[in-house]
Amino acid sequence: MTTQIQAPTQTPTPATPAPARTPSAPAAARAVRPIPTTRLVGVELRKMFDTRAGFWLMASVGIVAVLATAAVIIWAPDEAITQNTFSTAIGMPLSIVLPIIAILSVTSEYSQRTGLTTYTLVPWRGRVMTAKVVATLLVGVAAMFVALAVGALGNVVGSAITGLDATWDITLTQFGNIVLANVLGMLMGSMLGVLFRSSAGAIVGYFVYSLVLPVAFGTLAAFQEWFRDLQPWVDVNFAVTRLYDQTMTAEYWQQLGVSTLVWLWIPLALGLRAVLRAEVK
Amino acid sequence: MISVEHLTKQYGRFTAVDNVSFTAATGRVTGFLGPNGAGKSTTMRIMVGLTRPSSGQVTITGRDYRELVNPGLEVGVLLDASAQHAGRTGREILAIAAQTMGLPRVRVAETLARVGLTEEEAERRVRNYSLGMRQRLGIATALIGDPQVLVLDEPANGLDPAGIRWMRDLLRGFADDGGTVLLSSHLLHEIEVIADDLVVIGQGRIVAQGSKAELLAAAGTLVRTTDVDRLARALHEAAVVTTPIDGGLRADADPELVGETAHRAGIALRELRAADGAGLEEMFLELTAETAREGAAA
Repeated sequence: MTTQIQAPTQTPTPATPAPARTPSAPAAARAVRPIPTTRLVGVELRKMFDTRAGFWLMASVGIVAVLATAAVIIWAPDEAITQNTFSTAIGMPLSIVLPIIAILSVTSEYSQRTGLTTYTLVPWRGRVMTAKVVATLLVGVAAMFVALAVGALGNVVGSAITGLDATWDITLTQFGNIVLANVLGMLMGSMLGVLFRSSAGAIVGYFVYSLVLPVAFGTLAAFQEWFRDLQPWVDVNFAVTRLYDQTMTAEYWQQLGVSTLVWLWIPLALGLRAVLRAEVK
Repeated sequence: MISVEHLTKQYGRFTAVDNVSFTAATGRVTGFLGPNGAGKSTTMRIMVGLTRPSSGQVTITGRDYRELVNPGLEVGVLLDASAQHAGRTGREILAIAAQTMGLPRVRVAETLARVGLTEEEAERRVRNYSLGMRQRLGIATALIGDPQVLVLDEPANGLDPAGIRWMRDLLRGFADDGGTVLLSSHLLHEIEVIADDLVVIGQGRIVAQGSKAELLAAAGTLVRTTDVDRLARALHEAAVVTTPIDGGLRADADPELVGETAHRAGIALRELRAADGAGLEEMFLELTAETAREGAAA
């Protein structure tokens, strides 16, 4: 039965294949499938690595971790060879590099004008931005695990050199808080990216944000009594920094929420709105 | 098919595109011609959703561009060959486009070959590309998804004569296979050799449109004689409008009528032919003179 049914369908097939249509021929109606978001995230990740600048920026995450670890082993006093010391040493420079990765992921579309192609191939800018933020956060979280691994290795090697037992003094909660702090830092980068849509502008904005503002708020708090209690609510760096080295209380979380609302979430929303509306030239 | 309907784009009080309507038909190459700043690029950016129109709409094969679920597979777009990341290699730029559209990797090498970029050139970073190479890479990005519609803004810019010829053959083949091509240019000669249909735009407004043959016919007849004045009078009596040109006349009539008129008046002609490009060029300059930047000086 089966062979009888199959036989007629096979007979019309010519022995030699029909001459293939040249690839220049536009295909007849064919199934066009939507672009899945996972693919967009993959593309955005690729774009973070595929230029020399991008590659070295990414590589710098690993390089920074190794250099900072080596520095701790060489210069830190024996009793300071703890996991916490390594994590702080690695975390400081990383918290500067990671937001720049986030910034460039957005602004290169504008500064290098690749947005013209990106937004033509994917004319839903909200989806492109979502993919960029997801890719950025993946890199951020991965970087934290690299830092954790390198720090742990440093701790083992450092302890072996000093001859003391390795001190493992970072709890899971602490690590979670550090990851959150870096994620917030990267989101700040994305925020500055969508707000400025220019690499130079956003990076200058970032240094104002992370270097000038804390000093200004710190000075204000030092000299003005009335501001001292207010600072944790308005100084976003102050509120975020506590994630690294303090036990978070309910009030601390509230202060983190309020300060990031003003300095991160609202400007991020405004920037995304601008990205969706702005003309791409 | 691309259908532009009553498209208007205003920037404050400046109207960049003013009630523009035209169609780019399937199986034909439509040339979008106009001086710099006439509104060609704005119209094309609106087509692919990069700029929002103030009013009017564009549909591509009956749909709004944003309704296409994977636009790269249906519409090939090249808006600015310079808008590529200078730090990426040509191959990488094409690979990103292929990945976005979900195409197999082999298409990258195939398409590079199709636009005439060598393996060695593909490995170079785009900052070391000439404008002509960037154009080829941009055309590759437009073609890689095997679309049915092409929207190309000034694609011949920076190509050498052989490159222009190559592009003409490529676009001709694309249209003959049932594709739709819309390409813009500010150079008449460039578009004349490539396009079947012409849409001429000046200061945001369509000033002429039709098939190239129609527009050429409308451009009239070129006639040369030793007795220009007498021929002009004779044609004038036959109700034919003439424009004096170097050593002859351009007449708004077909060559047959001009020849008969000259014969009846007993005037010997040295040359009689359809005005062709010369006429179209004159028309282009005429149509855009009042709107072009050079208008005052011309």
